[in-house]
Amino acid sequence: MKHGPARGSLSTLVGVLLLGVMLFPVYWMVNASLQPAGTMLTAGWFPRHPDFGGYATALRDQGRNLVTSLVVALGTVVLTLGLAVPAAYALARLRLRGATAVLFGILVTQTVPGIVVANALYGAYTDLGLLNSYGGLILADSTTGVPFAVLVLRAFMRSIPGEIIDAARVDGAGRLRVLWSVVLPLSRNALITAGLFSFLFAWSDFLFALTLNTTDSVRPVTVGVYEYLGAHTNQWNAVMATAVLASVPAAALLVAAQRHLAAGITGGALR
Amino acid sequence: MRSGSRPAPDGAARARLRARVSRWLFLLPALAHLSLFFGYPVVKNVVMSFQEYSVTTFYTGAAPFVGLRNYTTALSADAFWRALLTTVLFTAGSLAGQFVLGLALALFFHRRFPLGGLLRSLLLLPWLLPLVVSGTTWRWMLDTDSGVVNQALRDLHLLSSGIPWLTGTSEALVSVILVNVWVGIPFNTAILYGGLQDIPAHLYEAAKLDGAGRLASFRHVTWPLLRPVAGVVLVLGVVYTVKVLDIILVVTGGGPADATQTLATRSYQLSFQQFEFGRGAATGNVLVLVSLAFALVHLRADRRARNS
Repeated sequence: MKHGPARGSLSTLVGVLLLGVMLFPVYWMVNASLQPAGTMLTAGWFPRHPDFGGYATALRDQGRNLVTSLVVALGTVVLTLGLAVPAAYALARLRLRGATAVLFGILVTQTVPGIVVANALYGAYTDLGLLNSYGGLILADSTTGVPFAVLVLRAFMRSIPGEIIDAARVDGAGRLRVLWSVVLPLSRNALITAGLFSFLFAWSDFLFALTLNTTDSVRPVTVGVYEYLGAHTNQWNAVMATAVLASVPAAALLVAAQRHLAAGITGGALR
Repeated sequence: MRSGSRPAPDGAARARLRARVSRWLFLLPALAHLSLFFGYPVVKNVVMSFQEYSVTTFYTGAAPFVGLRNYTTALSADAFWRALLTTVLFTAGSLAGQFVLGLALALFFHRRFPLGGLLRSLLLLPWLLPLVVSGTTWRWMLDTDSGVVNQALRDLHLLSSGIPWLTGTSEALVSVILVNVWVGIPFNTAILYGGLQDIPAHLYEAAKLDGAGRLASFRHVTWPLLRPVAGVVLVLGVVYTVKVLDIILVVTGGGPADATQTLATRSYQLSFQQFEFGRGAATGNVLVLVSLAFALVHLRADRRARNS
């Protein structure tokens, strides 16, 4: 369909306006984070005199929690890919009897609410001494990433031409070797997509961080913000500065890895 | 039987078996993880829902079996039925808002225009932000006295006092639905946009030749072909929305006066604030059933649609 240039730029204008409305809360979060500590009751529409005091307070109070979030999220990415890659390869290429049942099971896991998982894990973690540990939280956080990563990676690995794999097999490579040196390099894009989403899932996790930690030894920034809300509602600039800092990974990935994010949303949902 | 006397065909069978086992080994770590972190919790919740937990259970280990008592107390409490109703309203409201606005945006971006692709991907931001962050931002925006929403309404002279977005019992549910709609729009737009892209352009041209206007071509071309994708979005929407917890905990904490308490937040409160893990598990199980029922209805409809 062809449109005149005038109509095209009108659409662009409307698009910018719509995006402006949708992203207003994000703008407002940044605006609020740049207000001085005292005058928060009536924040101006623009931060005319940006004040970075909120960030100073946020980094002092929440710096450690941000590092904790980073460690947990990176650990979750490693664990998730370590579990999902061989599984996706097996489901995509190894002609397993029962593969359909496994896939169905993976889809059914999506209907299990996090609170049900947390409810049962609390008792098990108490007995195993996994409460308040990085390992325990990483294991729990991967529950969101693993099913997603398996689906995305499997869909991609199925699209790799069989001849490439057969050629490597004829050359005497074992299945593990084929996976490592043929399938994985070809699946680079799907790996990035799966890795990015596992990172974001773990970085955003709130429920497991809240329920599987009873002390402040392993406290991700999401729980940090939540507790901040309870204690410091008069220091909105520091609360909002923490919120901005916690948004940095999502925003950075959106700018740097747009293509992979879009691929993940459709890939994960539609198989 | 000694392996030395084994005849040749048996050896071949053994090699085949070994190959089959080694193939399953690729799947084993992920299956073990899924069983421990989805399978075990579901089974354990069923068991817990027949037990009585208290504050001391985790020290003494004593959680006596009480049969169906957790269910009878849960189901006879008014709070349970209110939470169920709130869950239904929250889910229906969220889905309606997300789907209609998401579809409108998808249709808008489907007409190609300069910078369309860039704007469309920037739209994903609300969906990618941690829910706690979005909840915190909205909580401040919706504050009765100092929030920007009421401030804007006052500046436009639409309102002299403030709407108690988070503190009014009927407003609070509307507010958490609003926040959840905002979070969910990008996902709906992304998937529905993908569905629109898959509709062959020549069908629209044919419709146009037949004299169909915009509305007619939407009704007779777009909607019928988009329906499978719309079904997926809506079912995923139900499955994801019934278990929403972060947003409600952050924005209203389930209040005021339990006005935004859903089955998910109630289960959380029973287990982790009152340490009544048995009743928390019973409430959580109702949630699993609701979610599972929707998913199965969808899968059946999907299969029937594919077979016909």
